[in-house]
Amino acid sequence: MRWTDRMTMRRKEALAGVLFALPWILGFLVFTLYPIASSFYYSFTRYNMRSAPLWIGLANYETIFTTDSLFVPGVLNTLYFVAFSVPLNLAASLLIAVLLNNRTFGIRFYRTLFYLPNVVSIVAVALLWQWILDPTFGLINQALALLGVEGPGWLTDAAWSKPSLILMGLWGVGGTVVIFLASLQDVPASLYDAALIDGAGPVRKFRHITLPMISPAIFFNLVMGIIGAFQVFTQAFIMTGGGPSDSTMFYALVIYRKAFWDIQMGYASALAWILLVMILAVTLVVLKLGNRFVFYGDTQS
Amino acid sequence: MSRSFLSSPSPAGAALPAAPTLPPARGRARVRRVAYQVLVQALLLSFSALFLFPFLWMLSTALKTPQEMFAAVMRLIPRDPQWGNFIRVFSAIPFLRYTLNTAIITFGTMAGVLLSSSLVAYSFARLRWPGRNLLFVVLLSTLMLPGQVILIPTFILFSNLGWLDSFAPLVVPAFFGGGAFNIFLLRQFYRTIPFDLTESARIDGCREIHIYARIILPLCKPILATIALFTFMGCWNDFFGPLIFLTNPDLTTLALGLRAFQQQHTAQWDLMMAGALISALPTLVLFFSFQRYFVEGITLTGIKG
Repeated sequence: MRWTDRMTMRRKEALAGVLFALPWILGFLVFTLYPIASSFYYSFTRYNMRSAPLWIGLANYETIFTTDSLFVPGVLNTLYFVAFSVPLNLAASLLIAVLLNNRTFGIRFYRTLFYLPNVVSIVAVALLWQWILDPTFGLINQALALLGVEGPGWLTDAAWSKPSLILMGLWGVGGTVVIFLASLQDVPASLYDAALIDGAGPVRKFRHITLPMISPAIFFNLVMGIIGAFQVFTQAFIMTGGGPSDSTMFYALVIYRKAFWDIQMGYASALAWILLVMILAVTLVVLKLGNRFVFYGDTQS
Repeated sequence: MSRSFLSSPSPAGAALPAAPTLPPARGRARVRRVAYQVLVQALLLSFSALFLFPFLWMLSTALKTPQEMFAAVMRLIPRDPQWGNFIRVFSAIPFLRYTLNTAIITFGTMAGVLLSSSLVAYSFARLRWPGRNLLFVVLLSTLMLPGQVILIPTFILFSNLGWLDSFAPLVVPAFFGGGAFNIFLLRQFYRTIPFDLTESARIDGCREIHIYARIILPLCKPILATIALFTFMGCWNDFFGPLIFLTNPDLTTLALGLRAFQQQHTAQWDLMMAGALISALPTLVLFFSFQRYFVEGITLTGIKG
């Protein structure tokens, strides 16, 4: 092929490349980059969508940090949720994945079953659990009553509402389980055989082979779990509406109220940016720590 | 990572290679292995009871009369199963309307996602152009972006466009990229197809759009099916998008509409559970029919990519 031909082919390819990617490039500009930039701008304005945004400098941030009565509960409730639900979900899904990684009777049935709650909409899940957790007629308290125990108002008692939502979340660990399971199945059998010859027991095998080999999956699930947990919304929105006495008023609910109840778009944008900074900060810390514990094998993958 | 896609379809479940088996053991080792098996079964059984029971309770509630639902003694199997509850749901709320709305949004989004993400991924996977690698990093970083940050300006944008109270905010964006995650998934898959296959077609003067449509896409049916399934699930079950963008009751989706039973004076748990079960039927059927694609799709979520 002649040199000029190759040049035209290259240019054609580059042109085709940009054209093929164009839908995403446009979508990114309009539905991601522009919203990020304008949300940053709105956060310095007062904007009720009826009149034009009014520049008020740092006033929104000042109000948030000084007089907003929902900001502090929102942050604390969210941190509580992240701190308990993420490790609990990781531990539970890892345990289930290890169990599912056995050749045993009915394993296909079990694998299907644990994923099933993820197929149902979160609305249906939230409504179902609201019914199960009903203080008088709910399944759990009725069962407890049979044992002579008077169960608490799971969702109506401020002391129990967050733990209830966190425990309920365990029903949805199926997605994480599948990722762990895939990772467990990638651990070469030869490593376990070698350990067996060396006389290692199951605990040592798990500690020194399984955990390091699946550490990338643990790390991935940890980071995605944190990002997701910071944005917890639907369960609380449907089941408790943020109550009782703001005990499930998570940060995303605060944003939602300010934006769509009070139509304070500037103020809500400022809240959203604070959330972004919090998520970024926590994720960066985890990424930093993670590099020490994650084993990527001989070659970085 | 995508070997399994190229191989012939295997029955559901077989997609997960089973754990390694050890050579048959004797004596004490064998006793220990049996004990281990018993322990595994016991744990699996008790956990799966915990996972299954809420579903059974859902079905049980859906079949109860209000009297039995609020009775002092609870029963799993209703005395007089009210199968009619499943029909009453349709008259208690505009259930058919909601189903139709949900279906329109879901299929519209699926069309957008499949078309758009498969085109864009082709560009990132198999075409060389300046800035490609940088933009791919940008694309990946959008995966980590919390939706809360772009929510408000997006709402304002659609409001200014006059798109609120229409399906447009939920469907149109799908045609512009189809989701970073789907692009990523497809790109990883496209790259496993030998480049010789397309290079010769290109030298013969075949146009890129034809290479994409006639060579690449036919090889990608399994991954496209996976993406179609996940998109279906995501849209059918989506709550937040419709909550924000749809306030007209005529446009309500199933996920939104189910709450109607909750907001009434006394919550009608029987109808609510019946409605939740019917609304979950399409996703449940799809899940049971195409389980293999699900497992592979989730497995491809980054760590193995």
